[in-house]
Amino acid sequence: MRAKVTVYPRREILDPQGKAISDALQRLGFSQVSDVRAGKSFEIELTAADAAAGEQAVRQMCQKLLVNPVVEDFAVEMVAP
Amino acid sequence: MRCGVVVFPGSNCDHDVYHVLKHVLEQEAIFLWHQDTSLKGCELIVLPGGWSYGDYLRGGALAALSPMMAAVKRHAEAGGLVLGICNGFQVLLEAGLLPGAMRRNARLRFECRDVFLRVERNDLPFTRSYRQGQVIRMPIAHGEGNYENTASELDRLEEQREVVFRYVSPQGDLDPEFNFNGSARAIGGVCNARGNVLGLMPHPERCTEEVLGNTDGLALFQGLLSVAARPFQAAYGGGR
Repeated sequence: MRAKVTVYPRREILDPQGKAISDALQRLGFSQVSDVRAGKSFEIELTAADAAAGEQAVRQMCQKLLVNPVVEDFAVEMVAP
Repeated sequence: MRCGVVVFPGSNCDHDVYHVLKHVLEQEAIFLWHQDTSLKGCELIVLPGGWSYGDYLRGGALAALSPMMAAVKRHAEAGGLVLGICNGFQVLLEAGLLPGAMRRNARLRFECRDVFLRVERNDLPFTRSYRQGQVIRMPIAHGEGNYENTASELDRLEEQREVVFRYVSPQGDLDPEFNFNGSARAIGGVCNARGNVLGLMPHPERCTEEVLGNTDGLALFQGLLSVAARPFQAAYGGGR
């Protein structure tokens, strides 16, 4: 199965990259844009008994390596094979 | 003092620190490869600047999981001296040996310049040769040195005096203009509760000789040597 992990800067803290991208979009005329958070995503292929077990494993991966909880938040989405 | 400089793939200030320890301070110095697990009897461990593992994932994140870092953790927990400079500081944060995290510099620029630091406490092995409140000049060279932590953790750091260096004006005042990376509370260096682990973004090893035009970093290393001159057990109350 496949998991999609999205990692993004925590809402409470200023994201300098997101701010710069937001400003650039404004300059391009996208006045609808009010905020951008710049993060990263991972696609993880794994084997697990079921989706719940897979998601649990991926959440542990996030806590141990993929995410720095001081400055980042994350979301996990299990994708059907 | 026997000093070990850890070499990760991508370290690029390892030889600078080695030079200072070996040739300027005339100490015993060796390199420690990141895949090894023995500190080979070193009393001081230095994690140098650079781009360990290409900064993949996050600066210091992959280096923090290397076999050598497990040994460095044991050394730190036993009270041994650990100094992390620039990327080495990031490794210490990612390894959980120091609190906090680094983000991209607030102005999104790689900052390569001299900064002014205020010594917030001089009762540490690393700062005992400075005066309390002394303003020193050191070079920085980093793109991700924007120190961040939760508000409650920042308060705890202040209360427990774990902030060791702050970015200040040449006169020693807090001024956002001189906090080039935008660090929370202008934090440029922190230590652990026990005071035997220090991380800082500026490069003390790049300002230890007259020929370089600045010797403000020399006292940091000299302080360590004056501590090491005393019996290790007595100085730290812990084994190795």
